[in-house]
Amino acid sequence: MSHHLVEVKNLAFAYPDHTNALRSISFRIVHGESVGIVGANGAGKSTLLSHLNGILTPTEGTVRIGDYPLTANMLPQIRRTVGMVFQDPDDQLFMPTVYDDVAFGPLNLGLSAEEADGRVTAALATVGALHLKDRPPYRLSGGQKRAVAIATVLAMSPDILVLDEPSAGLDPWARRKLIGLLLSFTHTKVIATHDLDLVLDVCERTIVLKDGKILADGPTLTIFNDTALLAAGQLEKPFSMQGCPVCSAKKNAPLS
Amino acid sequence: MLKIKAQLLNLRYIDELAAGNSVIHQLNPCAKLLVTMIFLIVVTSFPKQVLAGLIPLFVFPVTIASLADLPLAPLLRRVALALPFVIFIGIFNPVLDHSTAFTIGEVAVSNGWVSFFSILIRAVLAISAALLLVATTGMEGICAALQAGKVPKVLVVQLLFMYRYLYILLEEAGRTVQAYNLRAFEDTRIGYKAAGSLIGQLLMRTLERAQRIYAAMRSRGFDGNIPFRRCLALQVKDIIFVLFWSAFFLLARMVNIPQWLGALVLEGYR
Repeated sequence: MSHHLVEVKNLAFAYPDHTNALRSISFRIVHGESVGIVGANGAGKSTLLSHLNGILTPTEGTVRIGDYPLTANMLPQIRRTVGMVFQDPDDQLFMPTVYDDVAFGPLNLGLSAEEADGRVTAALATVGALHLKDRPPYRLSGGQKRAVAIATVLAMSPDILVLDEPSAGLDPWARRKLIGLLLSFTHTKVIATHDLDLVLDVCERTIVLKDGKILADGPTLTIFNDTALLAAGQLEKPFSMQGCPVCSAKKNAPLS
Repeated sequence: MLKIKAQLLNLRYIDELAAGNSVIHQLNPCAKLLVTMIFLIVVTSFPKQVLAGLIPLFVFPVTIASLADLPLAPLLRRVALALPFVIFIGIFNPVLDHSTAFTIGEVAVSNGWVSFFSILIRAVLAISAALLLVATTGMEGICAALQAGKVPKVLVVQLLFMYRYLYILLEEAGRTVQAYNLRAFEDTRIGYKAAGSLIGQLLMRTLERAQRIYAAMRSRGFDGNIPFRRCLALQVKDIIFVLFWSAFFLLARMVNIPQWLGALVLEGYR
């Protein structure tokens, strides 16, 4: 199905203060793919994600989502297709209760109250947060906020999920649940993160950004095994690929 | 704990009361908003020298608070918080107006004092009515009712967001102040030089957050309308609630009930 396609061609973007955040970025993500976007702080990950649903418009180059080029009059269509989960759930949860927040998108899509209710219930059940529906957002823990933020996007039934730092600020258990949740989605997924272990678990393909350019684009395992490449991108191997630190410390310890 | 954090918990308290399930909580938000507005109009419409005529209006907040099963002390504390401002508004009346209103025994009470206490009583009535509205309806209900009442959506959105993000702004301010205190050691008052940049930082962060929130809203199809769950249709009990209280307020406005009761008692005594 072609509407799950993300195609970026020669994308360049400069902020009004002339910071060149992105330079000649090109890639193509096909239906059902999970792609991790990794890179150092300030490499341009969040800026790139903001282009995928038209929050920012490119200075140069084009973005295509499915059959549509990303232009101002296609935005409503594009935003229905691309579900964006923001880095800080507090930015995403702006309504007085969880229920209202999850219903916000569907009601804006023009669904009736009954249809929206079905969507809300289903989305909250998917992320295991149905019991929170009458709570105000400030009464939720970090993990609950993240789950609800994902539900707000799922309720719009997007074809493509875009997540910015989904595991930031989560405890190990909540993070593991999040990984399980992400694995259960059949959507096309684009995930920007510093959590390389999450990328290893969820994404079969990885794009490494450095200074606004693509440093590498390929299968996750190949990239994470290339120590020189990772070092160039100011990254290091995911912990799960580094071997047991206790054993290796013993091995390297002086004999005396 | 920092004062600002304690205040934060305080702030949430009233909001949490709105989760109750009493007769008053179950009324339609539109009905409660309407009654509160009529109440405020009636309270402010009294002439400035009226004291006794205002007293019967206390029936409204007292009845609502008891029917809604709300704890009195925290509510009264919040009313008291607002009083200093009110006192400043009326404090010059006794100085400016010395004409005698009435005498109690040998003591002449000036019109200035009468109008000062009149302002005070009105403030207590108005503030308690507003607090009770929030404590029984919640901000969401009030916003939905305002929207149903054709209040401009810009104002409704402002109100809703101010309420939602007040917490986050205060939390951010609390963290900043705490970070300052941890490195200020003895003198934990914030000097004017640091205060400038602290407030500036807070403003910048607020602006950035506002942009991120707006992006999140647009991503989910925001077009200027907040889709509230519809204000449910008015039921018989809502209409009775509105009619009863409107009638009572009008009666209290037209007839000086304490005077009338006094006359009645005197009549019976004779």
